[in-house]
Amino acid sequence: MKNRSLIIERVSRWMTPFIFLYGVYVVLYGHLSPGGGFPGGVILSSAFILILLAKGKQQALKNLPYGLAKKLDAIGALAFISVALLGFVFTGVFFANFLQQLWPGEPFHILNAGTIILNNIAIGLKVCASLFLVLLFLSILRISFGKKGQMQSMEDR
Amino acid sequence: MEALLILLLLFMIISAVVALYTEELLSAVIAVGAVGFGSSAVFLLLGAPDLAITQIVVEVAALVLLIRATISIGVKTTSAWRSGWQPKAVAAAAVIFLVFAFLSFRDMPEFSVPVMDRIADAPSIFYLEDGLSSTGSTNHVMGVLLDFRAYDTLGEATIIFTAVFGTLTLLRKRGKKAVNRNEYSGEKTSPKG
Repeated sequence: MKNRSLIIERVSRWMTPFIFLYGVYVVLYGHLSPGGGFPGGVILSSAFILILLAKGKQQALKNLPYGLAKKLDAIGALAFISVALLGFVFTGVFFANFLQQLWPGEPFHILNAGTIILNNIAIGLKVCASLFLVLLFLSILRISFGKKGQMQSMEDR
Repeated sequence: MEALLILLLLFMIISAVVALYTEELLSAVIAVGAVGFGSSAVFLLLGAPDLAITQIVVEVAALVLLIRATISIGVKTTSAWRSGWQPKAVAAAAVIFLVFAFLSFRDMPEFSVPVMDRIADAPSIFYLEDGLSSTGSTNHVMGVLLDFRAYDTLGEATIIFTAVFGTLTLLRKRGKKAVNRNEYSGEKTSPKG
């Protein structure tokens, strides 16, 4: 991680906002066009992964701190489950689309698909935080092969 | 279009074989990536842009993860596959698989005929006809994924949650046995907090 090139640093600085914006678009417009929470979340996390690979983990942790990523992961899962439980409360069916059944919206508008857009946002948050955490763990807590051939985890300096 | 599909599938099979039998891990990772991008192109040709987007995005992230997890920690080559009984076992399994695939593909329906043309009351007819009115989602794939079949998505979210916890549990230093901790004495453990 020492020989970082200036070109990669500058280009990643210019690319990151656009990648992030595209991820937000894919998450929010998942019910209107191809996309959705899962690919949008992966695109969002790839913005942070680009920062992690290009500028190192200090800069990446400044953009998405470890505690915030953990919280986002949990918040995404909880939001997904609670939307499903709200469907159970309002209509008696787990995962029912109660918003669409109670207040149906117009097709081809962004605020029409009821709980689908909420679920997309929850899954997007969850996938983004999860993939970033997995890469962070793999790059901070590394496995290396010790003297006796057994695996040890090691700090990445 | 079928000729293009067959070409892409052949390309994917060849890259998969290369990924298994090459010695350099970097070449193996690149060959796995070729399989992924080939399958993304196949999804795009078959008219599934949602799957194509997901496949290409996950493939890029998985390639970065694989390179980060193997090559950048110094594991560069592998030779575990070359010797012994494993290649013969793989070949035998492939032959058995191909025989049974041939037997079962004779009974398969014709290619590119949707299931609702053959079965009268298939659920996909209901999804296509009432999808917009009952979910409000213009993208039918999202309507099926997050409304009709939201249990599958719940399982997928559970899998990701478990993957993160598994990674942390396997790679952490804090909480391991004291025997291991003695080998690198005194160093501060844990990432941030």
